[in-house]
Amino acid sequence: MSEDRSMVADKEVLVKVEGLSKKFCKDLKTSLWYGVKDLISGVRGSADDRELRPKEFWAVKDINFELRRGECLGLIGHNGAGKSTLLKILNGLINPDAGKVTIKGRVGALIELGAGFNPILSGRENIYNNGAILGFSRKEIDSKLEEIIAFAELEEFIDMPVQHYSSGMKVRLGFAVAAQMEPDVMIIDEVLAVGDMGFMLKCFKTIDTILPHTAIIFVSHSMPMVSRICSQIILLDTGNIVYKGDDVGKAIDLYYKKFIQNSSNVVFDDGTIELLDAKIVSDEHNDNIPLIRWDETLKFYLKFKRYNLENNLIFILVLFDKEQRPIAHLNHNDENSKIDLKKEIIEFFIEHKNLQLSKGFYSVDISVYKAKTREPYLKVKGAFLFQVSHEIEIFPSFLLATDFFDV
Amino acid sequence: MPLETRVYQKERTIKFGALLKASLGDMYASRFLARQLAERDIKAQYRQSYLGILWAFMTPLATAAVWIILNSSGTVRISDTGVPYPVYAFTGTLIWSIIVASINSPMQSTQAAKGILTKINFPKEALLLSGVYKLLFDSSVKILLLVLFVFFYGVGFHWSLLLFPVAMLGAIMFGTTVGLFLTPMGLLYKDIGKIITFGMQFLMYVTPVVYAIPETGVMKTIMTWNPITPIILTARDLVVGFQPAFLNYFLIVLIVCVPLLFLGLIIYRISIPIIVERLSA
Repeated sequence: MSEDRSMVADKEVLVKVEGLSKKFCKDLKTSLWYGVKDLISGVRGSADDRELRPKEFWAVKDINFELRRGECLGLIGHNGAGKSTLLKILNGLINPDAGKVTIKGRVGALIELGAGFNPILSGRENIYNNGAILGFSRKEIDSKLEEIIAFAELEEFIDMPVQHYSSGMKVRLGFAVAAQMEPDVMIIDEVLAVGDMGFMLKCFKTIDTILPHTAIIFVSHSMPMVSRICSQIILLDTGNIVYKGDDVGKAIDLYYKKFIQNSSNVVFDDGTIELLDAKIVSDEHNDNIPLIRWDETLKFYLKFKRYNLENNLIFILVLFDKEQRPIAHLNHNDENSKIDLKKEIIEFFIEHKNLQLSKGFYSVDISVYKAKTREPYLKVKGAFLFQVSHEIEIFPSFLLATDFFDV
Repeated sequence: MPLETRVYQKERTIKFGALLKASLGDMYASRFLARQLAERDIKAQYRQSYLGILWAFMTPLATAAVWIILNSSGTVRISDTGVPYPVYAFTGTLIWSIIVASINSPMQSTQAAKGILTKINFPKEALLLSGVYKLLFDSSVKILLLVLFVFFYGVGFHWSLLLFPVAMLGAIMFGTTVGLFLTPMGLLYKDIGKIITFGMQFLMYVTPVVYAIPETGVMKTIMTWNPITPIILTARDLVVGFQPAFLNYFLIVLIVCVPLLFLGLIIYRISIPIIVERLSA
């Protein structure tokens, strides 16, 4: 890995961004009026007006980075963080208000697939429309036509009007055309999220083939994709860089931290049992979130009150990762469990030893069921929240302990 | 192989020569894109219609028909024009419709491409060129109809008819130049488009479209100075085989149009990023 990095470092810088800023206006009428003023000052070539005018804000503020051939930069951040604005400047669609972008080589943008498609026309005709907009010549399209149709897997429907295509088919056709670009710099904005699994795998394969001789800038909300292809990462928040570097896992963690809600809510309750208290037993805390070291014990404390309830109960805890994917199910209590379910107030601990979850945030749901029939009594979402600490930052949810030894 | 380097920044010196060269270069380089876009729009327009190409004639035919009826029924008395009135009215409304379409063309082409303008970087000049291609297509269809008119009303063939396309090109160039200057503002404010539609209706009555320039009076002065007058009159004179009376003024208008057209192209090139920003903000 480190060898790869040093090799890459020798390659030429294709994208250089210095002190880039862009302002936008909150109000439409004012925005249009500023547009008129900008038109006049643009034609006159004046370079002042660096200050914010009334009702304006910085959509992107003081961004700096460099990207070399063979590197992939992930741009992440919540909605409105300035990712798309930054991409538009890099793509040359809008001018920056301050700073400078220097891009070397052919730029290809996967921002919208199938640009220039006309719904009335057939897929074949639209390959030419889309290809022309992406900068291909007629000859190039002629020679690549069969390849494009095969890649899109649309041999049968290529002469059908595009308006009768399913959205997946349209995206496939659009990507098939765009995949023929041989850019030096590639800008990708959230377009791969559509389409089925097979299509996505195909997209990744294409990206993997172009990556070694291309600098890619990738915007996505899908952290698995970001961690899959990016070697550099920038986390944006309200136009500013919060994190920049090559520790993709750390940036993703910071990104998720923004969405953590420290609140539990009851999603099902039939009134027979009430959750009085739920805590994670831990000595360490980070911003009031319990901190558990990797490979140590995860210990829950629970306190319930029961009302006219005769039946035996089982308690099921499910762990969710930061993407809200269920990743683990704690084995429930049975007749051998040393807890007394007969009392009105039920109070007990649940322990899981040698926790091997990877570094990051996890939330836990609690469900209480009738023992035999699994009839639900109570379900609480996000009853616990905890953080696992470890020096290794990885994207998968588990870091499993290993022993290595000679044969 | 040295890579092409692009720099995007606010500070830049406006060199008109370099901008014009870049603009014309992009226009030449994007001729395939422009043709493809024009072909796409024309095909799509006619594929979903039975009357198809007939719609291109409708406006000039309808306007001409109204005036032919007004004239023949005696509702409006029109001074003698020297040629059969239907031919007079139709050549006028036809060339007028080409000018109006040319004025609207740059704005409409750019407006229609709003969706891709905010997402993909391509030579924007292709939009203007595709607009011109579409105008040429529509206009040449209209010429065919005009030729039918000429023979049907017994005006007969004159060699000067072969020069009519030159007048038509002049009309397109004049219209595109005017349209180009209105485009940046027109993309920001919808009012501009409305003003054009509205204003052109009135402008038609101070241009010898359906009646000749009066002998005296204030209308005579306005109509003589109106820069559209020489275009309409020269085109018509070429069709009916008269000596073009306004030929000099026609040539002056065209010569003045050339630098203005270039200036319009430069302004267009500078203003597109500013407008894209406001469209997508």
